[in-house]
Amino acid sequence: MITFIIRRLFAAVLMLLVVSMVTFAVFFLVPRLAGQTTDQLAAQYVGKNPSPTQIHAMEVKLGLDAPLYVQYGRFLKGIVAGQTFNDGPDVSVCPAPCFGYSFKNQEPVWPQMLSALPVTGSLAIGAAIIWVVFGVGIGVLSALRRGTVFDRAAMTVALAGVSLPVFFTALLSLAIFRDTIPLFPDAGTFIPFSQDPLRWAGALVLPWVTLAFLYAALYARLTRAGMLDTMNEDFIRTARAKGLVERRVVVKHGLRATLTPIVTIFGLDLGLLIGGAVLTETAFSLPGLGRFAVNAINNKDLPEILGVTMLAGFFVVMANLIVDILYAVIDPRVRY
Amino acid sequence: MDTKAEEDWGSGDSFVDVRPRPGEAEYYDSAPKPSSSFLELRDLRVHFPTDDGLVRSADGLSFTLERGRTLGIVGESGSGKSVTSLAIMGLHKQGTAKITGEIWLDGEELVAASAERVRELRGKKMAMIFQDPLSALHPYYTIGTQIIEAYRIHNKVSKAVARKHAIEMLDRVGIPQPSSRVDDYPHQFSGGMRQRAMIAMALSCDPELLIADEPTTALDVTVQAQILDLIRDLQQEFNSAVIIITHDLGVVAELADNIMVMYAGRTAEYGPVDDIFNRPQHPYTWGLLGSMPRLDKERADRLLPIMGTPPSLINVPSGCPFHPRCNYAKLTGGLSTDEVPKLRSVDGDHSVACHLTAEQRLHAWETDIKPNL
Repeated sequence: MITFIIRRLFAAVLMLLVVSMVTFAVFFLVPRLAGQTTDQLAAQYVGKNPSPTQIHAMEVKLGLDAPLYVQYGRFLKGIVAGQTFNDGPDVSVCPAPCFGYSFKNQEPVWPQMLSALPVTGSLAIGAAIIWVVFGVGIGVLSALRRGTVFDRAAMTVALAGVSLPVFFTALLSLAIFRDTIPLFPDAGTFIPFSQDPLRWAGALVLPWVTLAFLYAALYARLTRAGMLDTMNEDFIRTARAKGLVERRVVVKHGLRATLTPIVTIFGLDLGLLIGGAVLTETAFSLPGLGRFAVNAINNKDLPEILGVTMLAGFFVVMANLIVDILYAVIDPRVRY
Repeated sequence: MDTKAEEDWGSGDSFVDVRPRPGEAEYYDSAPKPSSSFLELRDLRVHFPTDDGLVRSADGLSFTLERGRTLGIVGESGSGKSVTSLAIMGLHKQGTAKITGEIWLDGEELVAASAERVRELRGKKMAMIFQDPLSALHPYYTIGTQIIEAYRIHNKVSKAVARKHAIEMLDRVGIPQPSSRVDDYPHQFSGGMRQRAMIAMALSCDPELLIADEPTTALDVTVQAQILDLIRDLQQEFNSAVIIITHDLGVVAELADNIMVMYAGRTAEYGPVDDIFNRPQHPYTWGLLGSMPRLDKERADRLLPIMGTPPSLINVPSGCPFHPRCNYAKLTGGLSTDEVPKLRSVDGDHSVACHLTAEQRLHAWETDIKPNL
C-alpha cells in the first residue's frame, strides 16, 4: 500500500510537470509559432505607444530574449525559489512560490490567487455537501421506488437540474430570494468566514444551492442508475437469501457497491470546481478563482492566466491522486 | 378488475380459482390441511404478468420431500426450475410475481405467510446456494464478514463468537488455513473455494432445507465432483433435505434420491433415480438421456439432441407442452394437442404426464431409445 501511494505520488508530480510544460508552451511557444516576435509579446506590458527602447528593456526584464527552455527553467525555479525581474533600478520581486508576475497589475500572481482560494473553496465544499446528501439520497429513493410518483417527480426535477444553465438559475434565484423577497440580502457578495460566519453562510446559500442543484441532479441520476443495476446483482439475492432485513440489504450491500464509482466521480468534480467555478462565481460576483481567471483572460494578462491554469491543473491532479488512493481502500479488488 | 387485466391474466381454465369462497359451506372444511411431510408443494404456480402477456414460469407443481432426502429438479433453461426454488425461498419480488398454491415447510405454510415470517425462516430453516459464486458473493466484503453476517442474523452472539463459527464452517467445507483465509475477499478465492465458502455461508445456521441452484455449473469438472461430494457429506451430517437444481443429469444421478423432470413450468416426470434412468417414461426424459454424453459406453454415432427449442412461457403450446417437439405425439390421435396430460402414477412413486399408453411408451423405449443410448 505504501509503495502504491509513493508510486501514485510520483506519477502525480510527473503529471504536474507535463501540465506546466503544456501550459507554458501554449502561452509562450504558440505565439512564436504564430509569427509573433518577442518584441510584440513584450510590448503588451509596456503601456501605450511605447518606444522601441522601452520595449526592449521590458523584453530583457521579463527574460523574453532568452531561449524558451531557459524561460521555462526560470518559471519552474520561480515556483520553488521565487523570481526577481530586474532591470537596473526598476526591480519587481516575486517571492516563492512565484506563479508569475502580473505586469499589468504590478503584483505577483500567487497572493491574488491565494486570496481567491477561500472564496472558491467555501463555494465548492459547501455545495458539494449539499449535492452529495441530496443527490445520492434522492437517487437511492428513486431507485427503490422505481416508477412511482416520487421517482418520476424526482427524475423530472433532475432533468431540469441538468438542463438549466447555472447562469440562468443563478440570476433567477437572485431575483427571487434577494430582490423580491430579501431572504438573503448578502447574496452576490463574499463575506469572509473569519469576519462573520453567519453572514458568510447567508451570502453563500444561494450560490451553494444553485451550484448544488446542477450536481445533485447529475448525482441523483447516476445513483439511481447505479442502484438499479446493483439491486439486480446476484449478491443482493444472496443477502436476501441469508434473511437480512430489506433496509440492511439496501444500505449495507446495495449502497456500498453503488457508491464506490460515485466516490471517484465526486473527487474529480470537486477537484475541478476548486480550480474555479467560473459560471457560479461570475453570476454571484464572488471573487474566487473562476472569476480571477475570467478577469485575467479579459485583460489578456498572460502571467495570471498561466498561474491560474497551473493551479487548476494542480487541483485536478491532486483530486485524481486522492481518488486513486481512496479507491484502492474502498475496493479490495484494486491491485496495488 | 377491468377486462384488459383479465386478458393479461390469460383465459386458460388452468387458472380459474375453483376453491370455495367464504360463505359457501365447503369453504370452512376446505381450509388447507397442514402437510405431514417436511416440505410439500401443492399446485404451486408462479406467474409473471408482463406487457407481452402472462409468463407461466411454474404452472401447478406438487411434490414432497423429507429430511435427509435429496430431490433433483432437471430441465432445460427456462423450464421453471430456478423460479420454483426462488418461490420456496420467498425471493420473488412482491408485485412482480403472482404466486398461488401452497408451500408447506415443516408444518408451516409459506405462500400466505407474512414476508417478515418468511424472512426469518430464510437463512435459518432454509438456505440456498447459487450458480455463480463470484457474482453471488459481495465483492467488497471479506468471506468472513459475509458468513458472520449470515450467522448473526439468526443467532444473537458476539462478533468474536460468530467469527470462530465462521472459521469452523470454512474448515468444515474444506478450505485450508481457514483462520487466515476468513479475512480474504471473494476475488482472492478460486472458483471451487468460492463455492465452498458459499456453502459454508448457507450452512452456517444449520438449515434443514438446502436448495442448490446449479451449484457446479460455473466450476471445472474436477471441482464439480468435490463440491457434489461435499454437499452429500454435509447432508448426511446435518440430515437436511436438499433440492438440487440442474440441467446436468450426471449431477442428479450422483446425488438425488428422487428426480423431477420439468418442462415448460410443469412436471413431465417424477420418480426415484433408478426409475428415471432405467425405466424413463416421458419422451422428454428420453431426449434428455439421449443428449447426455457418456463415457462408460462406446457410442457409435452422435448424441441424440432434442429437436426444437423450449417453448415461450407466454405462449405455452396447447395440450401437452412438449407435443411440438415430441416424435410420438401423432400416436395419441390428437389428444396431445387438445388436452393437458395429468401426472399419473406409473408404478409406486414413479409418475409421468404423458398421453401415450403404457404399451406405447414401453415399445418406444425398448425399440427406439434404449438401444441407441
